Amino acid sequence: MDRTVYREVKPTPAIWLMAVIAAAFIGAAGLAVLYIEHHGHIVTGMNNQIVWGLPHVFAIFLIVAASGALNVASIASVFGKIENKPMARYSGLLSIALLAGGLAVLVLDLGRPDRLIVAMTKYNFTSIFAWNVILYNGFFAVVGAYLFVQMARNISPKVVKSVGTAAFVWRLALTTGTGSIFGWLVARPGYDAAIMAPLFIIMSFSFGLAFFILVLGTTFPLTGRYIGPNLVKRLGRLLGVFAVAVLYFTAIRHLTNLYAAEHGDFERFILFSGNIYTKLFWIGQVLIGGVIPAAMLLRHAENTTKGQVILASVLIIIGGFAHLYGIIIGGQAFPLEIFPMYEVTSTFADGQINNYTPTIYEWALGMGGVALAVMIAGMGVVALRILPMNLSDRNIDPTEPDF
Amino acid sequence: MKLPALNNKSERPAELNRREFFKSGAAVASVTLAPGVTLMAFGGEASANADPGKRWGMLIDVNKCSTDCNACVTACSEENGWKLDGNPETDPQWIRKIDLKHKETGREASLPMMCQHCETPPCVDVCPTGASFKRVDGIVLVDKHICIGCRYCMMACPFKARSFVHEEIEDQKSNAPRGKGTVESCTLCVHRVDAGRVPACVESCSATGNGAMMFGDLNDPNSEIAQALKNYPSMGLRDDLRVNPGVRYTNL
Repeated sequence: MDRTVYREVKPTPAIWLMAVIAAAFIGAAGLAVLYIEHHGHIVTGMNNQIVWGLPHVFAIFLIVAASGALNVASIASVFGKIENKPMARYSGLLSIALLAGGLAVLVLDLGRPDRLIVAMTKYNFTSIFAWNVILYNGFFAVVGAYLFVQMARNISPKVVKSVGTAAFVWRLALTTGTGSIFGWLVARPGYDAAIMAPLFIIMSFSFGLAFFILVLGTTFPLTGRYIGPNLVKRLGRLLGVFAVAVLYFTAIRHLTNLYAAEHGDFERFILFSGNIYTKLFWIGQVLIGGVIPAAMLLRHAENTTKGQVILASVLIIIGGFAHLYGIIIGGQAFPLEIFPMYEVTSTFADGQINNYTPTIYEWALGMGGVALAVMIAGMGVVALRILPMNLSDRNIDPTEPDF
Repeated sequence: MKLPALNNKSERPAELNRREFFKSGAAVASVTLAPGVTLMAFGGEASANADPGKRWGMLIDVNKCSTDCNACVTACSEENGWKLDGNPETDPQWIRKIDLKHKETGREASLPMMCQHCETPPCVDVCPTGASFKRVDGIVLVDKHICIGCRYCMMACPFKARSFVHEEIEDQKSNAPRGKGTVESCTLCVHRVDAGRVPACVESCSATGNGAMMFGDLNDPNSEIAQALKNYPSMGLRDDLRVNPGVRYTNL
């Protein structure tokens, strides 16, 4: 087994270029926020029917991916897989970066972002949102402590395992809270389902690991460091299992809804009506984000190349975005059923399928969140000893079967 | 000073403690001294007038509500200063008329829809800061001081009764403080109720001669509304959710 040496990344011209691009996106997001705050949300595509829009899709994707990005570290510290240990610091850093990016989008889309201090000081504990404020802030603290004990000298492995376990439990609670934002909305047919919490957890496993592989796969060549093909293959195999698990939970969610007559109309709207949400579901979520990458990663898994694993990760991220768009926007596009068995009309779009077209400002805000996550992760690896000099296959436990 | 027993922790006591007394005084002063400038209310001062013995509610007789009548909507708009401005997707609508047609029988009906002032309001449950709150007399309001504009209450409301203020507001009414970036909905004309009057929509409905809307104290067995509810069948919308709306409908 190789001795793992961690070194700061030297800022090469390629890294500077990435930083400039990320800064440009962050700047554009800042301008978009100022514009929206000055004019009000009238300049966005959101309205009184679709009250949460594209920024929420970005924000929740990043928050879900954040907890999942911690997987690699958890597998090392909590479940004792030594091959993952050299990647654990990066896993922790990336999870913090993604959460920061997601939260930035979420709070900057508030009607009154200047009142963030109110959200931090006044808590209504029947609100899962209020609990999430605590869970999100706590995640920074717990994962920060986890990074510290990994990086500090003379810390006992037992302490690392204990803090790692705390971080693992915390991330499960965090994603439960995020899924329950929708699961506990009793009035809307697209939500109101206990499966939302476990679905979001398995989504986080999948999207977070995909993001981790993608960033690792691009950072290493960019910094001239080596990563072993078998390590990538093993991460890919795990990702394939997660992608199948997401498909399974998705199938159960929709089958359960289809069984209940009261949810039939909503399911037909999402699954069969041929609108944007149907396309996003079957083509984006199931095919691009599920079946194709799962087949790439699990069929002949022993022959998977690094390139294929990275491509599959990209597909899972695209599919994950489609998945969240379907849940968040699709769930609001379908009208509330206040009067079952009645056709309804009003000046307030009752009974109508609600339209949503995001504007450039929403795109800018969402992309700014991604850029912020990349910027934080990049600054982290430049300033701290996060990335190992190499990720050799020799770290893989020789007693474990390959495939 | 003994505080009344609370049924729900989100409810606020009617009697004033010292802090609320000063807040109330400050709010009254700001309303008086600089109307239209510092009107960001519906906090402790709005709660202070609530009587915990009452539960204000409404009974709407759908048979008496005319399809082509919009008097309740117009009255609410004028009373509270919101208006339709040509952007139906983003304009606020505290109250709206809904036309119904049964899919099988073809029966047609029309009714007003507004905040249903639920006993267990989902909007209050989900609000992270407690800005959505229910007074002890059952009126559900938004405290404009601490609404952060997250819109989770709009996601949670079973009746689509809430609007988000999408743009700058001019010509506000002093009795209905509003603010860009916050959420709002029917207040049951709390300012009128606290002054012993009925909501503007009910008053205007009576003035048209239709008399489809009745307002009163659901807790008072001798009130006209309690008697009507006792003697005639009625229903709350989405009764399956068990949120127990304060607004009831009959002949639906």
